[in-house]
Amino acid sequence: MSLDPTYLDYPKRSLGYDHALYPYSPLPHRAPLHWPAGKTVVTWFVVSLEWFPITPEDKPFRAPGHMQTAYPDYRHYTSRDYGTRVGFYRLLDAFAKVGAKVSVAANAAIAARYPGIIADIVSAGHEIIAHATDMNGTIASTLPVEEERALIVQSLATLEQVSGTRPRGWHSIARSQSFATPTLLKEAGLDYMIDWANDEMPYAFTNGLVNIPLNHELSDRQIINTQQQSVDSYAQQVLDAHDWLAKEAAGQGGGRLLPLHLTPYIIGLPYRMDAFEALLADLAARPETWFARGEDILEAFRNTP
Amino acid sequence: MQDGAKDPGLYDFTPYRGRKPISWPGGKKVAVWVSPNLEYYEIDPPANPHRKSWAKPHPDVVGYAHRDHANRVGHWRMAEVMSKHGFPGSVSLSVALCQHHPEVVADANARGWEFFSHGIYNTRYSYGMDEAQERAIIEDSIRTVREATGQTIRGWLAPALTHTPRTLDLIAEYGMDYTCDLYHDDQPFPVKVAKGSLISMPYSLEVNDHYGFFIYNMSPREYAQTLIRQYERLAAEESGTVMCIPLHSYLIGQPHRIGAFEEVLRHIAADGRAWITRAGDIADAWNDAQQEVAA
Repeated sequence: MSLDPTYLDYPKRSLGYDHALYPYSPLPHRAPLHWPAGKTVVTWFVVSLEWFPITPEDKPFRAPGHMQTAYPDYRHYTSRDYGTRVGFYRLLDAFAKVGAKVSVAANAAIAARYPGIIADIVSAGHEIIAHATDMNGTIASTLPVEEERALIVQSLATLEQVSGTRPRGWHSIARSQSFATPTLLKEAGLDYMIDWANDEMPYAFTNGLVNIPLNHELSDRQIINTQQQSVDSYAQQVLDAHDWLAKEAAGQGGGRLLPLHLTPYIIGLPYRMDAFEALLADLAARPETWFARGEDILEAFRNTP
Repeated sequence: MQDGAKDPGLYDFTPYRGRKPISWPGGKKVAVWVSPNLEYYEIDPPANPHRKSWAKPHPDVVGYAHRDHANRVGHWRMAEVMSKHGFPGSVSLSVALCQHHPEVVADANARGWEFFSHGIYNTRYSYGMDEAQERAIIEDSIRTVREATGQTIRGWLAPALTHTPRTLDLIAEYGMDYTCDLYHDDQPFPVKVAKGSLISMPYSLEVNDHYGFFIYNMSPREYAQTLIRQYERLAAEESGTVMCIPLHSYLIGQPHRIGAFEEVLRHIAADGRAWITRAGDIADAWNDAQQEVAA
């Protein structure tokens, strides 16, 4: 069977992207972006705080970290809860030790079920990023747009009601979006999202929504769970990344971004926490480091002429 | 190839033992070439009935954005390190990149890199193409690269490694010198084609950064050590070998990986046994070596 003749048609083969979501802009051609107080590397932690129903819905696919065995999957349901009950509090204490303010990407279900944890996040000065409803709340182009809009609205309303502040940032489950998502996020009043890891600095989508790229490879999930490397290797890779970025910033002028995505049920285990706290101390000791939240990075980006 | 035969008849069996060593220019022991894949993946490609493109419904944000990092950030970081240590690239090019992001292609061309074709897009597969369709993508590749860079492509790495039984015959007919799709040796060898001639240029899946990080799940430092071991072994053998380092800048150009990789280039450049070169130059040197044997 030969291919349909249209398989060799390339209607979008022209200058720029094959979509209009955001414009092309190579980083070396951009004006430098400077962080406050002369810091050159902003270390940005994003902690995902998630509630997994024990009844996964697979619409259209199962979220990372979701249930794996036949029903009822006590082992994954409870070990995810371990992250929320125990691991996350270890992380809060660790961040406090070095004075780091972070972003917490929380499911609305966390706020609805455990308002106390939201109060602990807010009182510590951390930021809450809206992270859908619960871990069945995956967005994809298979979801009708009206349902997607309702999911976004509901997530924001719940998080605002419990935390007292409307989230400015959005993180989709599995970073999965439809072609309508940037429009719907803008329409819901959001300022930024963190799903697209195609860059290393903040940049604006065509509709004005800012994307702050959250590197999906420099994460505990990718390095420790997927690639099966040790926490020591994870820490080494983070420091290697920091030191490269600091050198690049010094050479080229302007700041760089070190985004670190964390998962409480992965990094927050007892045998990993000492290494993680040592990493935090190593980062804090580097003169280039500015620990910041997503909204702080957004402000620095917007304040750059 | 012999379409439908149990043995596709790609080349003769030639065991490693007893070969006359190849002498690379300058008496070097191993020809080292770096092959950056400069690619364009479409966000919403048409379906090919023989292979799915993205794992997730379109847009597959993780997959698409990861590849896009190469054209916004990764390329320059990788290319700067290569240039700093004197390594030219031999580019496996999705030729539509010449239309979408000519900035990337122009940068590579200005660095003196060679280009060969990796298809139109890495989301358009050759599986199922008839002969006219396959001729069309080969002619498109030749024309597009010539217009964008002034270079005439000499080699082929099938788009997303998708082939038809007639690909090798066709690229030889169009005058190409080498294919990067065959993995049977550490030295170039003649490939049996219907008309003209073609050699297999040792590329590598085993030390490809994609395999290192996503098949073997190596850390950046483990991958760097793997490349150094590969180099040390090939340089120590007497036969005159080829070592290819195939790269994707959205992988090797990540900030946690590039530093370890730079140490590999520093090591090879300082060693003295490496002929650091491009694929087309290796093909020429191999051809010269065959002429000497024949004379």
